[in-house]
Amino acid sequence: MSDPVSALGGASYAGFATIREIGPLGMITLRAKGVKSLDKAIKAAVGTKVPAVRRIEIAGDKACGWMSPDEYLLILPYGGVADALAAIAAALKAEHHLAVDVSDARAVFRVEGAKASDVLRKLMPVDFDRLEPGELRRTRAAQVPAAFWQADGGFTLVSFRSVAGYVMGLLQHSAQPGSEL
Amino acid sequence: MRLTCPLCGSRDRREFHYYGAADYLHRPAAEDAPDAWDIYLHLRDNPAGVVRDLWYHELGCAQWLIVTRNTVTHEISGVALVAESAK
Repeated sequence: MSDPVSALGGASYAGFATIREIGPLGMITLRAKGVKSLDKAIKAAVGTKVPAVRRIEIAGDKACGWMSPDEYLLILPYGGVADALAAIAAALKAEHHLAVDVSDARAVFRVEGAKASDVLRKLMPVDFDRLEPGELRRTRAAQVPAAFWQADGGFTLVSFRSVAGYVMGLLQHSAQPGSEL
Repeated sequence: MRLTCPLCGSRDRREFHYYGAADYLHRPAAEDAPDAWDIYLHLRDNPAGVVRDLWYHELGCAQWLIVTRNTVTHEISGVALVAESAK
C-alpha cells in the first residue's frame, strides 16, 4: 500500500499568525437520522458523545462534529479509519446509515497565534465575537466551502482537497505581517 | 434585526431572503376553483400584530423558515423550519 500524502505536503507560512497544512487526517462522514444506536456508533468510532447542534466534541486526537441534522464528521488518526468504519458498521448494522472514508477528499489547516482569528475574519462571513465555545462552523473561505473550529489556542480549518492550494494562498495572503486588523 | 435559525443559531438579517406570508405554504391543487387560486395569490390579511412569514436562509443552511413576528413590537417570537412543520 502506498503512503498517504497530504494535499500540500505539510506547507507552512509564518506571518502575523502561523499557517500550517496538517494531515493526513482521518475523516469519516456519517449520515444517519433517528437511529437508535447513533450514540453507540460514535462512541465506538471516536469515543465521544453525540455532539449537540453546531458543536464539536473533542477527545484527545479524535473528535465528532455536528454538520447538519443528519450528518456528523468523525475525526481520528489516519490509520484508524478502517477500524472505526468497522465499529460503526457493527453498531448500526440493523439501521439505515451511511459511513464513508473522506480522509483523502479533504485538506486540513491550522491557524495559530494571538491574532489567528484576524486571518479568518478577512475571509469568512462569520461574526467571530459571537462564536461559542466548542462551535463547529460551516461557512466559506472567500470562494470555497470550509469548516472550522477553535481548539488548543488556534483554529482548525477543513476544506476540500481540490482547493487546498487556493485556501493556502488565501490564508498566507491574509496573514501577511502588517495586515492585522 | 437578527433571526435565530434553528440550525445556524442567531444570525444577521442580511443572511436571509424574505419571501412573503406563510400562506404560500398552502397552495391549492391544480383543479381547484379559480376562487381558491385568487385567494392564494392575492388575498392577504394585513394585521397590526402577529404575522407568520417565509424567509430563506440564503447565506446559511439554505432552509426555508417560518418566522413569527409582531409588526407592532417587532418582537420575533418563533423561527421554525418549514421542512419540519410540514410533517
